Amino acid sequence: MVEKKNIFEIRDFSVYYGDLMAVKNNNLVIEKNKITAIIGPSGCGKSTLLRSLNRMNDLILSSRVEGKILFHGVDIYDRDTDVIELRRRVGMVFQKPNPFPSSVYENVAYGPKIRGIKKKSQLDEIVENALVRADIWKEVKDKLDESGLSLSGGQMQRLCIARSLAQEPEVLLFDEPTSALDPISTANIENLLQELQKTVTIVIVTHNMQQAARISDYTVFMYLGELIEFGDTDTIFVNPQNKLTEEYITGRFG
Amino acid sequence: MGIFDEELKALREEILKLGSMVEAAIRDSVESLVERKSDLAREVIKRDHLINALEVKIDEECIRLIALRQPMARDLRFITTAMKIVTDLERMGDLAENICERALELNEEPQLKHFVNIPKMAEITQGMVRDALDAFVTGCSRLPYEVIKRDDEVDDLTVKNFEELLSLMIQDPKIIPLAVKRTYVAKYLERIADHATNIAEMVIYMCKGKIIRHMEIPEGE
Repeated sequence: MVEKKNIFEIRDFSVYYGDLMAVKNNNLVIEKNKITAIIGPSGCGKSTLLRSLNRMNDLILSSRVEGKILFHGVDIYDRDTDVIELRRRVGMVFQKPNPFPSSVYENVAYGPKIRGIKKKSQLDEIVENALVRADIWKEVKDKLDESGLSLSGGQMQRLCIARSLAQEPEVLLFDEPTSALDPISTANIENLLQELQKTVTIVIVTHNMQQAARISDYTVFMYLGELIEFGDTDTIFVNPQNKLTEEYITGRFG
Repeated sequence: MGIFDEELKALREEILKLGSMVEAAIRDSVESLVERKSDLAREVIKRDHLINALEVKIDEECIRLIALRQPMARDLRFITTAMKIVTDLERMGDLAENICERALELNEEPQLKHFVNIPKMAEITQGMVRDALDAFVTGCSRLPYEVIKRDDEVDDLTVKNFEELLSLMIQDPKIIPLAVKRTYVAKYLERIADHATNIAEMVIYMCKGKIIRHMEIPEGE
């Protein structure tokens, strides 16, 4: 059987917060092992769309959705979806690094422990593996017992990525993961994302258009909840087809 | 208008200035030959460093804008087009200088025959340069496609000029040194037209985001 290229298929998908329609009839596919960047002005619905991919929006009481999001062909908004399992397979990293107030080791081991892994040697292996994949192992291997909060901003963010990776996700969602970081930490995270892409599908929301241009394979431009343009990142940044996209990325918006 | 838009406007104006300097160099170089004005030829040669200096200045400005403004989409295509266009314009200036060098040599000798093809070629070529730059400034229209088409006329005249001179040379080998210099001049004009074609192709890229160099242009475009 041919392996399916599209891990997500978003179909006529809308999100409401009360009466406000934050995402309007979006249609989009997310390709496996690619980096898809979502750009657009504040309030355009890009974070809402991102959070819909692992149903984080369920946590906002006034929100409701219409349409479908198929993950491996199955609608994640089906009544019998195991949301906890969905969020394990589709992890998330936020704008501000948010390690738990516990040791570096415990931060990464937390998820696997919840999943029922108890054997120390197995946990050690998972923790080391995740920290290596998040490219922070060398920096923290001698301070696994120190607080995750004692690390630098860039290290904390990579620790959060390691924490997600320990859950062996298929997809990682990033909401402005470098907006609180300096340029060097940002470059580290960007390199890391491109490395992770080999094993994980990545969707990233970013206000930094150069970042989208640097790291993504596909770019989505959203405006007022609508998906205006979706295409190869090359095309979007060199020769966008939609006038709104062009105005936005050339900084002549509004 | 934002600072970046002001900068792009200034860049456009600098390119037009370079373009008009090059147009003048082509016009004067051919005039210095056809009307045997050696002083004018020397003046064009003397002016060439101004073209070179402006080319460098525009190049530096483009690099600065790429570094500081990180242009995207049409801005990126505009600036990269500008960088390529100035190279073509500068080469045209050099070719006009070459025409003047031949003019200085030919003006020392008796007139071989009345000039027919070369003034015609010069007129078409200058029009191509002007229209290619107009297209660059005014944006997307049929103009750059017209420029590309006219290149064929210049090519045909180059061949015609050569054949005519060749038959004269066969009749009278003594005129070979002069006739060869005239074929050079035609070749220089033909090269100038090629550079104008390059500019037109770049303008089409700028408008459409599609590189059409080394391709047959579909009819009706």
